[in-house]
Amino acid sequence: MNEPARQPEATSPKTIPAGEQPIIELRNVTKRFGRLLVLERASLQLYRGQTTVVIGESGAGKSVLLKHIVGLLRPDAGEVYVDGRRVDRLRPKEWVVVRRRFGFLFQGAALFDSMTAVENVAFPILEHRDVTEAQARQIALEKLRMVGLEEFADRKPAQLSGGQRKRVGLARAIALDPEVILYDEPTTGLDPIRADIINELILKLRRELGVTGVVVTHDMASAYKIADRIVMLYRGTFIADGTPDEIRRSADERVRRFIEGRADEEDLASLRAEITK
Amino acid sequence: MFGWVATLGKVSIDQLVAFGDFWQFVGRTLGWMPTGVTRWRNLRLLMPQFYEIGSRSVPVIMITGTFVGLVLAVQAFDQLANVGLQDRMGVLVNLSVIRELGPVLAGVMLAGRVGGALTAELGTMNVTEQIDALRAMGADPIRYLVVPRFLACLLLTPILTFYCDLMGAFGGWLVTTQVFGVPSEPYIYYSAEAIQKWDLFYGFVKSLAFGGTIGWIACYKGFTCRYGAEGVARACTEGFVIGFIVILVLDFFLGLGLKGVYEALWGFKSVL
Repeated sequence: MNEPARQPEATSPKTIPAGEQPIIELRNVTKRFGRLLVLERASLQLYRGQTTVVIGESGAGKSVLLKHIVGLLRPDAGEVYVDGRRVDRLRPKEWVVVRRRFGFLFQGAALFDSMTAVENVAFPILEHRDVTEAQARQIALEKLRMVGLEEFADRKPAQLSGGQRKRVGLARAIALDPEVILYDEPTTGLDPIRADIINELILKLRRELGVTGVVVTHDMASAYKIADRIVMLYRGTFIADGTPDEIRRSADERVRRFIEGRADEEDLASLRAEITK
Repeated sequence: MFGWVATLGKVSIDQLVAFGDFWQFVGRTLGWMPTGVTRWRNLRLLMPQFYEIGSRSVPVIMITGTFVGLVLAVQAFDQLANVGLQDRMGVLVNLSVIRELGPVLAGVMLAGRVGGALTAELGTMNVTEQIDALRAMGADPIRYLVVPRFLACLLLTPILTFYCDLMGAFGGWLVTTQVFGVPSEPYIYYSAEAIQKWDLFYGFVKSLAFGGTIGWIACYKGFTCRYGAEGVARACTEGFVIGFIVILVLDFFLGLGLKGVYEALWGFKSVL
C-alpha cells in the first residue's frame, strides 16, 4: 500500500529543498474517465514557497492533476497527501478545513454570474470568517486593489473582459490568504500584454505573500518567467522535472518538441498525406 | 456474439449507479436542511428563489388553471344537463380541479418552467466550473445551491397549485353560469357541500410531493449534466421528461393511497 512514489525520469536535485517535507504529494495517482486513461501512476512532490509549473500538451492530464490536489476528483488508485496527511479519502465535510488552505484560479475564472466582482471575492470570506458583510467587502476591495481592479468592484462578470475576469478570479483565490494557490491555465486566451500582467501578479503574490504556487500551463513564455521548477506531464506521467534552465536544455525529444512548439514528424506526415489526398 | 448482453449489462449497471447517486444526492440535501432553514445567511438565499420559482410562475399557473376549468365545464355540461344535473356542475369541475387536474397540471407546468430553468442554470454553472469553484472554496454546493431551490419548490408548489385551483374553479363557474346560463346560487351551494377539507388536503399532499420531485430531479440533472451546450440541453430535456413521468406515477400511487385512507376513516362518499 505504501509503495514508494515513482519519480520522474529527470528529477533535478536543484528543485528539491534538502530535508524539507513536501507540502503536497501525489503518489502513483491513476485516473481514468471511462476508457480514457488520463493519469497513470503520476507522482509529484511540491515544496513550500516554490512556484512549480506543470507543462504538457492539451489533454495530458494537467487540470485533472490540480483537481486531485483539492479533492475535486478522487484518484482511482494512488494517494494524495497535504502536509503528510492523506486527503484523497476525506469526506466532503473534512475537505472544508483542507481547502481553506488553498486558492484555486480556474481556467475560465469560474466567477459566479449572479454576483458582482466584489461579491465574488467576498464570498469565501463570508463563508469562512466570522465577519460582517461590510468587513468582508473591505477585505474583498483590498484584494481587488492588489490585482488592480478596485474600480471594477461593482461590475458583474459579464461586464468584464477575459483578463479582468481572471484577475477577479485571482483576487478571489487569495481572499482567504491561502498557503497554496493552484492556477489552471492562468494566461490562456489572453493577449501577450494581459498574460504578462497575470504573470507579474503571480510573481508578486509569491514575493509579497510567500505563497506556494502550482501553475498548469502550456504557455512557455509564462512558464519560464514564473517558475522555480518546471515539471512536464506526458500522457499521464511525469517525464521531466527541473529548473527552467534545465528544462530549456533538456535532451528529451518529447520535452524539446513541446518547448519549441514543434509537431511530431509522424503527425505532420499524416497531415501532409491528408492534404495531398 | 454476446455483445448485446454486455451492452444490456452495462446500461443496467449505469442506471443503477445513477439511481444510487440520485438517492445519495437526496440524502445530502436532507442532511443540509436543518442548517438551511435555521441560519440567517442560508435563509437569505431563499428569497431570490422564492421570487424566481414562485412569483414569476404565478401568471402561467393562473392561465393554466383558468383554461382547465373552462374546458372541463364545456366538456361536462351536455352530459350532466342531459340527466338534469346541470346545477351540480360545480361538484364535478371543482372536485376534478382540486383533487387531480390542479395539482397535476400545475406540477407539469412547473416541471417545464421551473425545472427546466433550474437544470439549465445549475448545468451551466457545472460546465463553467462554478460548482467546482464552490467546492474548492470549501462551500458545499448542495447547501448553497440545492437546499434553497429545493425548499422553494417544495414550499411554493402547494401555494401555486392553490392559485391554479382557484382559477380553475373560477373558469368552471364562468362557463357554467355565464355561457350555459346555470344559476350561480345552486352551482356554489352544491360545490361547497361536496368539497371537504379532505379534498384540499388531498391536493395539498400531491402538490407537496410534486414540488419536492421537481426540485430534486431538476437540481440533480443540473449537477450531473455533461459538458457543453449539448450536455445542458440534454439534461434539461431528461429532467423534464423524468419529472413529468414521476409526477404521473406519484399521482397514481398517492391517489390510491389517499383514497384508501379516506375510505378506511370515513367510508365511501357519494357526491352526486
